[in-house]
Amino acid sequence: MMGRHESGVGAGGPGPGMEFDANIPVLTTTVEKMVQWARRSSIWPVTFGLACCAIEMMAMSCGRYDIARFGAEVFRGSPRQSDLMIVAGRVSRKMAPALRRIYDQMPEPKWVISMGACASIGGVFDNYAVVQGVDQVVPVDVYVPGCPPRPESLIYGIVQLQRKISSRKPV
Amino acid sequence: MEAQALEHTLREALPEVPIERLPSVDLHVTISIPGQSVPEAMPILCRHPGLRFTFLADVGGVDFWPREPRFEVVYTLVSIEHRHRLRVRVRLDGADPHVTTVSSVWPGAVWLEREVWDLFGIVFDGHPDPRRLLMPDDWEGHPLRKDYPVQIRLKPQTAEPMQVTPEEFRANVARDRLVRRHQ
Repeated sequence: MMGRHESGVGAGGPGPGMEFDANIPVLTTTVEKMVQWARRSSIWPVTFGLACCAIEMMAMSCGRYDIARFGAEVFRGSPRQSDLMIVAGRVSRKMAPALRRIYDQMPEPKWVISMGACASIGGVFDNYAVVQGVDQVVPVDVYVPGCPPRPESLIYGIVQLQRKISSRKPV
Repeated sequence: MEAQALEHTLREALPEVPIERLPSVDLHVTISIPGQSVPEAMPILCRHPGLRFTFLADVGGVDFWPREPRFEVVYTLVSIEHRHRLRVRVRLDGADPHVTTVSSVWPGAVWLEREVWDLFGIVFDGHPDPRRLLMPDDWEGHPLRKDYPVQIRLKPQTAEPMQVTPEEFRANVARDRLVRRHQ
């Protein structure tokens, strides 16, 4: 095959903007694209389950749905090693300062997925004890609707986040 | 123990307390005593050899708004020795609900009574640690009261107050550095 230029697709191959020639063992790209590719291919979430949504989040990380296909399977026990916070469940008012503290402890760059109706807008818990939307506490990148969302929905949310990461200029 | 026998023992052990036997949907014996009898009756329930309710399983609150007396405090007592249970209900006034703490009899009552105070606003006189348990410390009102506005919109608190002073923080950092240098 001669001079075949292709721009790779998906998280596994070289990303968009990377050029690859099968005859020449060299990959040309920019540092920016490389960093974006590295970041979006290893989004490590912090182990942070708040309610029943966390069960679906765990299912997503296990063999059947296998979020490892997108490089996001390593749930870290420490916010210091995490890139992503999946707010899985309703956030009570007393949990809000703790959630914010965990978010503040995560190193930049960091992203937040609001998983399910409760984390996004309070869900069925329209009362004094539950924060009506986690975006009042931390900035949210992707909202995943559902009650609870199926693991596929959350995977779709993570893929959307990957698209967002690759379309952003790394700082 | 049979319910009749338990009731008989109760009346015998507490001759000065007006005990009212109440109907109950389950098999537990349920009695009602007035609020001012609590400091007198509870130690006897715990220590009387025929009763021995040494375990306070739960303290609950009930709001019967707009009925008067509005509140009820429900104590669920268990006797491990005699294998019987007792439910004691204490009716309290709506205007100024307060009852003597039982934490001197059962130390485990401290948190249970804090929860009842937090959610119903029932004051436990002589309580050693009368703080809120579930709601934030600066919360206004008592959410499980029937006249409490459930769907209030408040901004969530996003930071906890500092637990160390700036001086303590700097001292901790300096000490930490010293320790690392010597390692």
